[in-house]
This record gives sequence, C-alpha cells and structure tokens, in this order.
Amino acid sequence: MTATPAMPPRTLFDKLWDAHVVAEIAPGVSLLHVDRHLVHDLGGSGAFAEIDRRGLAVRDPAQVFAVPDHVVSSAPGRTGGNAEWSGKHIDGLRRGCRKWGIRFIDVNDAEQGIVHVIGPELGLTLPGVLLVCGDSHTCTHGALGALAWGIGASEMVHVLATQTIVQRRPRRMRVRVGGALGSGVEPKDLILAIIGRLGAGGGTGYAIEYAGPAIEAMAIEGRLTLCNLSIEMGARIGLVAPDERTFAYVAGRPYAPRGDDWEHALAQWRQLRSDDGAAFDREVSIDASSVAPQVTWGTSPQDVIAIDATVPDPAQAADPERRDAIASALAYMDLAPGAPIAGTRIDRVFIGSCTNSRYSDLERAAAVARGRQVAAHVEAWVVPGSQAVKRAAEAAGLDRIFRDAGFQWREPGCSLCVGANGEMVAPGRRCVSTSNRNFVGRQGPGARTHLASPAMAAAAAIAGTLVDVRTLSR
Amino acid sequence: MEKLTVVTGVAAPLLFPNINTDVIIRIERMSKHRRGELGPWALEALRLDAEGRERPEFVLNQAPFRDARILLAGANFGCGSSREMAVWALQERGFSCIIAPSFGDIFFSNCLQNGVLAIRLPADAVERLAECVRRGGTDATLTVDLERQEIRSTAEVIRFDVEPLARQSLLQGLDPVAVTLQRETEIAAFQERDRVQRPWIYG
Repeated sequence: MTATPAMPPRTLFDKLWDAHVVAEIAPGVSLLHVDRHLVHDLGGSGAFAEIDRRGLAVRDPAQVFAVPDHVVSSAPGRTGGNAEWSGKHIDGLRRGCRKWGIRFIDVNDAEQGIVHVIGPELGLTLPGVLLVCGDSHTCTHGALGALAWGIGASEMVHVLATQTIVQRRPRRMRVRVGGALGSGVEPKDLILAIIGRLGAGGGTGYAIEYAGPAIEAMAIEGRLTLCNLSIEMGARIGLVAPDERTFAYVAGRPYAPRGDDWEHALAQWRQLRSDDGAAFDREVSIDASSVAPQVTWGTSPQDVIAIDATVPDPAQAADPERRDAIASALAYMDLAPGAPIAGTRIDRVFIGSCTNSRYSDLERAAAVARGRQVAAHVEAWVVPGSQAVKRAAEAAGLDRIFRDAGFQWREPGCSLCVGANGEMVAPGRRCVSTSNRNFVGRQGPGARTHLASPAMAAAAAIAGTLVDVRTLSR
Repeated sequence: MEKLTVVTGVAAPLLFPNINTDVIIRIERMSKHRRGELGPWALEALRLDAEGRERPEFVLNQAPFRDARILLAGANFGCGSSREMAVWALQERGFSCIIAPSFGDIFFSNCLQNGVLAIRLPADAVERLAECVRRGGTDATLTVDLERQEIRSTAEVIRFDVEPLARQSLLQGLDPVAVTLQRETEIAAFQERDRVQRPWIYG
C-alpha cells in the first residue's frame, strides 16, 4: 500500500503555473519565470528602444528569440517589407538583437516564418515551458503543453528586463471533445464551432484545456490551430496535454533537448496532464461528429454558422443589443438576413496566417485545388507559414498544384491576416480567409472577411463563391 | 507612471459589445505613427467615414462627449489583438478611465501598465450611468474616485471593486519593472534551482 498522496489533484494548467512561480506577490497574483520570450517586428523595435530610453538591460538574451513576420512583404523575391514603415521596424529589431546578443532570424533566413509557426517548428516551444510573445495568438503554443500567452508592449519591456512576468492566476476551463471529425471537417471548423457556442467573451479570464478523444486523435498541427483561436473567445491561454504525438513531434528539433536531457525531459513531460478528479471552474462538452464545415458571416469570430445554414435575421434576436450587433455586422458584410451563406460571391482568397499555414493545412487545400482552376474573378493567395513549410511544400510539389490552379505562391509572413505589411483587401471586397479575425477593417478598411478552413478556402477559390467543400465532386 | 487618484470629467456612452483593439487603432496607424501621435486615430473605424470625415451620429463627434475623459463601454471591450497602442490611442485622445461589464484580458492589463483605470461593473450599472450621462449638461460628468472606490453621477454613487495590487500601483504611480527588479535575488535563486531541474531550458 502506498500512502495517500499529499498533493490534491491538479489540472495541467496548475502544474505548469506552479512550476514557474518565483514569488507570490499578492493573493492570486504571482511573479512567474519566463523560459522563452519570442519577439516579432511589430513591437520588438519599440521594446528595445524603451529598454534604452529607461537605461535598462536585457537580463537573459539567451532566452529571447526574434523574427520579422508582421511587416515583411509576402511578394516573391522580397528582401524586406514594402510598407513605408517596414524598414524602421525590421531595422530596429535587428539592431536591438545585435546590441544584446539575441538570436535574430532574418527576413530570408532558412528558419524565418510566422513567430507562432516557427516556435514549435524549431523546438523553442516545448512541453512545460512558459513562453510569452507580444502577440495575442501566442496561445497557439499551448498545443504542445506549453504555458503560453500574449502580452502587451509594457509587459515585453518587463520580461526583457527581468525574465519574469506578473500575472493573476486565471480560472480553469476544460473543453471536452468527444466523437470524431467528419470527412471534410477540420480542426478549424471545430474551434470555430466552439467559439460560436461560447461567444467572443466566453473564455475571458480562463485558461482552456482541450481534452477528450477527438483531441487525442488530432495531429499536432491541428492542435496548434485549435489553441490558436482560444483568444477569439477571450482566453489568453489554450492547452492540450502533451502525449506520445507531442513527444514524437518535438524529438530532434533544433532547440529540443537531446541525449540524457531528452530522457529527463520526457520523464517530466509525462507528468503534464490533469489529474483524475482535478477541479475545473467550468466544463464544456462538444461532439466533434456534430460539426459541419464552418464559415463566419459577421464581424466577430463568434458570428459563425455551418456552410449549409442561413445568415441570421436580426429580427429573430431576443436581446436588443444582439439585434443591433447582428444588423450592424450584416450591413458591413453586405449580407441579407435569412439568405443561404453558400453561393455568396467572393473576390479574394487567403490561405495563410498563424492559424492555418502549416504543411498539413496547405496539403488539404492543395488536395481540393489539384486539377482545378481558380474562378476567373478571384485573386487567390497561398502564404506558407515559414520557410520550412515552404520548402517542404515545394519538395512535395504542392506549390505546383497551387500555381497550376491559378493561386499565387508567396513568401512566409503574416501578410493578409492583418495587413501590417501593407497587403490588404480593397474596400467592399469579400475575402475567404484561413486566418483568425473577421473584425471590421481587419484585412483593410471596408474589407469583408469570411473565416474558414484551408479546404473550404480552396473550394471557395475554385467555385468563386462560398461553397461546401464536401459537395465538390471528384 | 503618473499617479491616478480621482478622475472627473464627461463620460461618453459607447455600449456596443465586443469592440476590439483593431477597431480602436488600425494596424497601419500604429505601424506608421509613434506613441504620442495616435490620439487622432483612436476609434477611427467608428468615428470617421471612408473619406475621413466625422460621422455626426457617432457619440465622440457630439458635444459634450467629444471631450470625454471617461468611456462607458460594452461587454468584452478591447478584445482581440494585444496591441498596447489601443490603450495609448485612447489615452492620447483624453481617456483615463474605462468602465465596462468586461474587458479583453490583455487590454485590461495594458490599461493598468499605462495608468488607465479599467473598471469592471455589472452591465445594468453601466447602463444606468449611460442613461444619466446621455441627459447631457451636468449629468454628463462623472467622478471616479479610486481612493474610495466609488463612481459618483448626479443620480447615484456606485462602489466598484479593484484588485488591491492594481489599486496601489495606480495610486502610487509605481513602475512595475522597478518593483520587480527589487526581487532579483529571488529570480536568480529560481533560475539556479531550475537549471538543475531543466538544463535544456537555458541556452
């Protein structure tokens, strides 16, 4: 007989949090050690300038990694960014890194890419690490069992100067996903459906752990997509317990532990799961087999429906505030209440972003595009998430499939997800995008965004309208 | 950081839910302009039309709300992107206090980092304050007293909760970096222990 363990059952989140506490500084507020600080071009140069202005020093340069992704051009043959502000941001980042001895992955370096794509790719993101970055989609990294969240400019300076962050402990939510995703249904559809159910503020104040059979069966890149969108329901942190899939994914990556370190790490990582009986503040269940391909109709990721559904009618909304919000979103999106969403004519397609630009995303989009043609009135882009994704896709001939179908094959970066590099959708134009935000003006002033999966985006490019990818005949 | 104890000023009602930080400050404005130049672009997507003219129906384009120092906002205000420029833009526009039923978590922390008082208040209380200030005149002015943790309108006094640490930081205008640097011994001790446990973390 073994003695009753002294430690009460803990959630994965609590284990990760507790392991990083440097000091408890107030009830519920901790000073936490930051293991990895990723820095990008839209914020990095400002943070370094602030460090200088205040006479501070970067405490642990070896824990900091920097890459330009937001302001770089995605045009083939690019050498930097084309926006009038690109140069100052990239140069400022490069200068700061040089001054402090921080690893800087330059614009056309073999390791360059979107910060949330290259973190996992390089093994910077590992189970059990605490990772922050000045970008809200840092929740992506939780897919490997890392505790990761997005921070602001002032917090970046704090982390650079102290290698710690002050944080109030969030509440814990578990989203259990049973069943299995159907054919033509992707992790993107699942997370959009979850956001539709919980709402844009449903996860605010929580760290969300995704669990259950559908998550266990999901490949790592799908889990990255899932965790990436946690912030779209307000949750700063998304998590999946690391398992054998995770360890196989991490093994051998450039910054992953090796030899004896690997064995020790593995022993620690195997403890990183929510104990039986661990208490969550909220539990939600969803059946993956009930999820159809999703598409957004409005100006918040919560404004989402199945592709075979109809646009909501504000008159049907019980709550007056919701009625106004729906009416305003439909006016911006130029959609008619009650109309089927499928068949809506589109102008642009963007396959890319930290949500859906990894190899398997491009592979699924290419499977739809193969042997078909992009509709004559549609301009369709594929922007791989990193140089490594681009090389792998080219080695497999995916670039050829896209080009032959009439897609543009471009250089890695955030590109049309956020327009920080000046690449935008024109006012009034309608874009099907595999990115994460359909906000007013997100892809450009007056631009209309429909969020969807890579396969759905590719299908829309071919059809020239929003279309159910499952209905495209082969 | 400047100390914040009492804010008295006109409060503008903008109760639309889910106003995100992309709407508060557009990406190309924050990419092109520096801190100190962002105020004119705050809430541009709502305040201005496609030609850059003011939309007369928008609350911040109307007297007396044009000069508001307090913003009454809807649920989940400041959701979305982590861009701290959203806080800077509102601050430069004149706002030093934002009252809403809920906030985006990152925006909420960014407010505190900049001495902007973000107050969570039940939706019905925010609605009552909005009704009061919409009457205009002296009713449009609120006093937010951080010391006493109360909001005073011409109609009522509402108590609000604020985390003790945040309250102290705002009242004293503390610099969070300077505060943490005093814990250097503890940080070094953590790393020394951790290097043994997880050597692969450290380069």
